[in-house]
Amino acid sequence: MNLVTPEIGLIFWTTVVFLILLFLLNKFAWKPILGAVKGREESIEKALNAAEEAKEEIKKLEAKNDDLLAEARKERDELLSQARETRDNIIGEAKEAGKKESEKIIASAKAAIANERKVAIAQIKEEVATLSVELAEKILKEQLKDNEKQKELVSKYVREINLN
Amino acid sequence: MRLTNTLLLFLFGFLLAAPTLKASEKEADNDAPFNPKPMIMHHISDSHEWHLWDVEGDDGEITAYSIPLPVILYHDGNVDVFLSSAFDHGKKNVTKSGVEFTMYHGKIYFANEISGIDINDKGEVLNDKPIDLSITKNVFMMLVSAVLLFVLFGSAGKSYGKKVSVPRGLTSFLEPLVIFVRDDIARPIIGEGKYERFMPFLLTAFFFIWINNLLGLVPFFPGGANVTGNIAVTLVLATFTFILTNVNGNKHYWRHIFAMPGVPIYVLPIMIIVELVGLIVKPVALMIRLFANITAGHIIILSLISLIFIFETLLISPVSIAFGLFMNVLELLVAALQAYIFTLLSALFIGGAVAEEH
Repeated sequence: MNLVTPEIGLIFWTTVVFLILLFLLNKFAWKPILGAVKGREESIEKALNAAEEAKEEIKKLEAKNDDLLAEARKERDELLSQARETRDNIIGEAKEAGKKESEKIIASAKAAIANERKVAIAQIKEEVATLSVELAEKILKEQLKDNEKQKELVSKYVREINLN
Repeated sequence: MRLTNTLLLFLFGFLLAAPTLKASEKEADNDAPFNPKPMIMHHISDSHEWHLWDVEGDDGEITAYSIPLPVILYHDGNVDVFLSSAFDHGKKNVTKSGVEFTMYHGKIYFANEISGIDINDKGEVLNDKPIDLSITKNVFMMLVSAVLLFVLFGSAGKSYGKKVSVPRGLTSFLEPLVIFVRDDIARPIIGEGKYERFMPFLLTAFFFIWINNLLGLVPFFPGGANVTGNIAVTLVLATFTFILTNVNGNKHYWRHIFAMPGVPIYVLPIMIIVELVGLIVKPVALMIRLFANITAGHIIILSLISLIFIFETLLISPVSIAFGLFMNVLELLVAALQAYIFTLLSALFIGGAVAEEH
């Protein structure tokens, strides 16, 4: 039958056309297209991998940050508690020292006061003695103003001496 | 809404059928029932001219208008090239290089002594034929499709720059198709690392078949030729698959043919015959599948149009148009499907030949 009998001419031309098309398309279409697609796929994969890596890196950094933060927090707490302790110590010591100092001051003040009193009493005694002598002198002068009285007194003393 | 649609369809049908009105009247005048077979056979076979239309003169003479195509004949070391119009649609003989040629039912023969054709009782032509390498209708459409493919994919290939680029315009339409062939046909079937070698053939075959299927559905010049529905074309395509399969067959492939593992030695001769037959049958099936599918589609559409002439009434035209439209849409699917199936099976055969032992 006509329909299923291949014609030599068409076989020839199909072969020629197909082979030329195969060559031309391979050179000008399939290679650039498949190459570009492959290149794009590779770059996308690379980008995805890089993103994944970056994610991982960020995760790592975050973990590190958390660690650092926790450490810092711990250190801070330590420092704070240390500072508190030091403060308490300093305050305690200062109180102690203040107390001692005040006691010392009070003691020395007491001693000074006692000395002052002694000195004052001694002065007062001296003053009193001087005043008494002056007083006695004034009284004696008053009493021995006239000769008669002096004579009387001498005689009295003489008599008294006699008596003794 | 539905009523207006039906009315429109009727109107559309009448409009489209108008030029054929005269033809149907003429058939009625002649009082001979319309036989669609010669018309259909004419449409699906190859031809030396591109028939456009017929004009009936005042004297009742029918003049055919067609685009003549070059005839290339090779005989006894001579190459004769001339336009097919020299045959005047087979009414005249042509003498070139001292040899007289005659055209009978679209085929070129050496004329006999009385410038005619010898026919035996069975209706077979007894004349010898020169080797006919003419640019026929099918060859011409094939060339058109090849140019079309080259322009389409060449420009797509050119649109890629040196750096990684995003496909735009035409490329963004064509690239997914190329990737489809790669990722859905070649890569999974032939296997990673091996499929790259066969990509040029598979891609070219896929798009060559597809575009010729599609052009075959275009009812006017330069479409309408039944390229992929011609057994010679599918024969060549299947032969390429056959050659690629067997040239690339590895030792496992050949061992499966000549020394099927696990088969008793006395059964082997039978198995070898079976395997060798299978070797041939695979591409033959490939050839027949594409040829039959595309030719069948053309025949169905032509038959539906022929209904108008068979019933000799325009009232049937909406039915013809509706079914014809349906078939055309179906053929659009078949066009892609058959290209896919041919490529898929080619990949399958090649994949079987290069597969590692499992």
